[in-house]
Amino acid sequence: MGSLLNVSDLTVRFPTRFGEFTAIEGINLSLEPGEIHGLVGESGAGKSTIGAAIIGLIQAPGYIAQGRVELHGKDLRALTQAEYHKLRGAKISMIFQDPQTSLNPLLTIEDQLVETIRQHSDVSYNEARKQSISLLKETGIQDAAARMDEYPHQFSGGMRQRVVIALALCTNPDLIIADEPTTALDVAIQKQILALIRQLARDRGVGFVLITHDIGVIAEITDSVSVLRGGKLMEEGATQQVLGAPDHDYTKALMAAVPRLDEKLERFANIMSEAPTLSTPELAWRVQGASDQFASDWLLRGERPDAHDGPVLSVRNLDVTFYSSRPFSWGKKNGFTALDNISLDVQPGQVLGVIGESGSGKSTLAKAIVGLLRPTAGEILFNGSPLPLGRDRARAHPVRRKIQMVFQDPYSSLNNRRKIEDIIGEPIRFFGLADSAAQRRRIVASVLELVEMPQRAMLKFPHQFSGGQRQRIAVARALVARPEFLICDEPTSALDVSIQAQILNLLKDLQARFGLSILFISHNLAVVRQMSDHVVVLKRGQLVESSAAESFFANPTHDYSKLLLNDTPSLELIAS
Amino acid sequence: MLAYWRRIKIENEMLYLFLNNRVAQVAAVIAILSVFGALFAPIIAPTDPYDLASFDILDSFLPPAWVDQGDPRFLIGTDDQGRDLLSSIMYGTRLSLLVGLSSVAFAAVLGTSLGLAAGYIGGRFDAAVMRIADVQLSLPAILTALLVDGVARGILPREQHEDLLLVVLTVAIGLSLWVNFARTARASTFVERNKEYVQAAEIMGLHPVRIMAVAILPNILGPLMVIGTIDLAVAILLEATLSFLGVGVPPNQPSLGTLIRIGTEYIFSGEWWIVIFPSMTLIIMIVSVNILGDFFRTVLNPRLR
Amino acid sequence: MAGFIIRRLIQSVFVMLAVSLLAFALFRFVGDPVAVMVGQETSIEDQDRLREQLGLNDPVITQYTRFVANLVRGEFGFSFRTRQPIGEMILQRMPATLELGFVSLMISLFVGIPAGIYTALRNDGVLANSILIVTLIGVSIPTFVIGIFLIYIFGVQLGWLPTFGRGDVVEIGWWKTNFLTLGGLRALILPALTLGVYQLTLTMRLVRSEMQDVMNTDFIKFAIARGIDYRTVHYRHALRNSMVPVVTIIGLQFGGIIAFSIVTESVFQWPGMGLLFLDSIRYVDIPVMSVYLVIIALIFVVINLVVDILYFVIDPRVRLKPEGG
Repeated sequence: MGSLLNVSDLTVRFPTRFGEFTAIEGINLSLEPGEIHGLVGESGAGKSTIGAAIIGLIQAPGYIAQGRVELHGKDLRALTQAEYHKLRGAKISMIFQDPQTSLNPLLTIEDQLVETIRQHSDVSYNEARKQSISLLKETGIQDAAARMDEYPHQFSGGMRQRVVIALALCTNPDLIIADEPTTALDVAIQKQILALIRQLARDRGVGFVLITHDIGVIAEITDSVSVLRGGKLMEEGATQQVLGAPDHDYTKALMAAVPRLDEKLERFANIMSEAPTLSTPELAWRVQGASDQFASDWLLRGERPDAHDGPVLSVRNLDVTFYSSRPFSWGKKNGFTALDNISLDVQPGQVLGVIGESGSGKSTLAKAIVGLLRPTAGEILFNGSPLPLGRDRARAHPVRRKIQMVFQDPYSSLNNRRKIEDIIGEPIRFFGLADSAAQRRRIVASVLELVEMPQRAMLKFPHQFSGGQRQRIAVARALVARPEFLICDEPTSALDVSIQAQILNLLKDLQARFGLSILFISHNLAVVRQMSDHVVVLKRGQLVESSAAESFFANPTHDYSKLLLNDTPSLELIAS
Repeated sequence: MLAYWRRIKIENEMLYLFLNNRVAQVAAVIAILSVFGALFAPIIAPTDPYDLASFDILDSFLPPAWVDQGDPRFLIGTDDQGRDLLSSIMYGTRLSLLVGLSSVAFAAVLGTSLGLAAGYIGGRFDAAVMRIADVQLSLPAILTALLVDGVARGILPREQHEDLLLVVLTVAIGLSLWVNFARTARASTFVERNKEYVQAAEIMGLHPVRIMAVAILPNILGPLMVIGTIDLAVAILLEATLSFLGVGVPPNQPSLGTLIRIGTEYIFSGEWWIVIFPSMTLIIMIVSVNILGDFFRTVLNPRLR
Repeated sequence: MAGFIIRRLIQSVFVMLAVSLLAFALFRFVGDPVAVMVGQETSIEDQDRLREQLGLNDPVITQYTRFVANLVRGEFGFSFRTRQPIGEMILQRMPATLELGFVSLMISLFVGIPAGIYTALRNDGVLANSILIVTLIGVSIPTFVIGIFLIYIFGVQLGWLPTFGRGDVVEIGWWKTNFLTLGGLRALILPALTLGVYQLTLTMRLVRSEMQDVMNTDFIKFAIARGIDYRTVHYRHALRNSMVPVVTIIGLQFGGIIAFSIVTESVFQWPGMGLLFLDSIRYVDIPVMSVYLVIIALIFVVINLVVDILYFVIDPRVRLKPEGG
């Protein structure tokens, strides 16, 4: 029994037009003052619903069907709306994921802090102001007094989240619910914010319920953790115990799917496979003559690249600078340098990992290679011959077939209004790779099977599939053009951990089978480690390090690389 | 079949919301009835008010049939020329709908193509289109419509005047409405343009026109449909207003606005039916279209429910 | 800030130039100014001489610059129909339209905004729903129908209020006002109501939709999570944030009022600029049309400029640049 917070048998339901949907069921949770308890699970697991239920802000028309929520022993469900609202801020507070949208853009920081303080305690304006300043200092904002009358948009992301935490603290709550508080932040900032949370828990005795999907974060600062899946509690206990020696199958599979930073595995083993959402008759539907093997043969058959020694793709001294295009600006144009003198090589059959955080220029690099934008200087060579860049690249240029791309967001990379058959079939039709419509259908069905999707998927639309399934379709679309070079731009960043493992396995398998050369871009070092043979690091448009993957991860040379490796929350902390 | 219906009732979001919304259903029924009435007016109307031989001035100012002095031949009375009001209203609705629909169609095609192209191509073309739109936005719709109308009257020779009046009217109203479509299409195109499926098409090397028409257009139809319905209501309103002011439809083909104008002159002398019935018809028609427009808007934007 | 204003000013000048070009084209090329001005008996030579006198044979550019120069100086030329100087005609009628527009705008804002807030915050309840229904109908009734019905009820049946013309006006210099006498005020009521009702419904729907959007944002949720009382949340946070786009639309509203005043003035025979414009359309009085066009565009451009500046003042995101750290 927790002395601060006690949740027992909590169940929340939502009426929908499909019937009653149970968001969470039978949840138990207990928390002591100063304890940090993690709620981890993949999307849809119900973690945010638990947080909303505790603070009494479940989105209508959801409701608590049964269970108890007790704060300091008092039953919260027995309170009226007004009494509950008095508790908010005073006893329980909550912070959200995106610091950008959490603050009122029209009011200064001072206004928002002072207003909150005076809401809950009877102090003068000046007294409240003084308290605000010391709070901001405590959350790590130097020169707080000066920055008080600035507006939220004048702060950077990390600073904003500190302000948000200060706002949550200023009423001295006993419990703070943090819903994905660091997901939108860079790795280094994330580390600082997590350290801040741990310090606050220790110094002030505030209890935290930390909601996240990132197991590394759980490992880094939580004392205890609950693992959730589909609204139900799978396992809970001390973090060391649950993550280090998991009991439940789901937890085990989840841990197996987390990409490891400390060593490269052949494949992710013992992970869950995606449960087929289509019933058996649908699985049995096939196109005449279509099969996994047929796809494999067909893909291998294509045009063989001319024998060429040396790298498949070579980038030489690439510069990309954006100029602001103001119609009436006179004088010097402001330029923003996205890429500065970048050179790299990808050897045939190899995977080059590109590590970069937001703003590093990694997407710009990808766009330059595929011809979506024109570099200001430098050249790109494909199989030894220079490529026309940007607009100069004719629409019918052969390299458009040979270089293909898999994008980050599975929800925007497929055209929602077209059938899967048409989406995958388009490259075949456009590049003239099939002799007839019937053969085209055969290829589409086979490639779907190759990426472990049922053939019948080709008759459906994208919105009928999950994120992971869509990403498989995206891979199929990229493959079907028989590319020689594949660019993967954060292909799994939007996916849950277990789905990510499946997709990465798929990519590994395909790469091995077809000898693809891949440029793999990601901000997640562990993922890059699992996929790459060779690695380059981008920082603010500059290439700061380039080396073989294993030697990089064992012993990086550049300071920035060391910083990145250090700051990535990792599971080593639970060395058993 | 029944099972399919039962399933789609729940799965298709728009259908589900529609079936649960009594008001929208009523509005849809009224809209459909109006369209039918308008289409088949020549067949079902008791008389043809455009046919000069079919009415007699001695029949003028007859009140509705249920009032004494009323004539059962003319169900809701006659106007100042002896025309049957019921037929006039039916033909008038037909004309209003005709002008309304064609002007919206014109505005939609013009506005959507320009907006789509501006959003996709960007750069100077976009700036040019937006400047024109801005200038036009400095003038509210009714002013633009009046202006175009006036200019046309000035330009066209007297003889061709009458025949072309309807076309002029349609173009006038259409020109005052295209900007709504253009702005919405442009804004939606901006959003879609950065999505990855568009990038995928560009990387592959598809022709820009194909990308705009096949990839982007189907995905921006939602908001355009909302604008279309709302603008239809505006178009009908504009036509009625212009006709009321005497600068709309030709005088021998009265639309609802013209009828109301005629009725206004007799409001003080007690022939109330000439103004009331056309007004009510007009209001009911516009209300229905607006309800449908609101319905589409809530379907598109779940937060408004 | 100064840079911003200068940029907007330059843009406005461009818009005005574009509009004046349009007006000039209208004036010069639609119909034949000379043929309309003189009778049919005038000989060709006389017509040509008149053409020369009026400068109609000069190169187009010269005529255009002359046109613009005249406009700026306030010389608007003469009406084809009444032969009066247009400037004088406009001045005579401007107060009528402006007063009418002002009262309508006040009605629209003082009823529309509170109604919008109320229906945004209360999602159900008899009053909220009835307001919504009334506004739906209000948006669908053409202005002239509202006018006619008001005339019918208050003028014909009840006989309470005047329905024709401006009634008693008091002259202050060249400005004739309705505000200073009871009779004048009574004459204003029906036309102002007619014009105001439509604008009111638009305002109400806009405020409602903006506020609903704002209520769904994260910072409102965060404010609630911090225990800020609901009243403060609604007014200090939600309302203030919805005002930003509302300000723009109110500016445009004034434009709608000017436009729809044409209809209202026609229904009530109110002697304002709108009626002037309408007559000019009917009689194809080109000079009046083109001058009206320029004047209206000027009003709109000024309103837009004021709205942009207001935006600048209200929204710190526009005013201050984002900084780091």
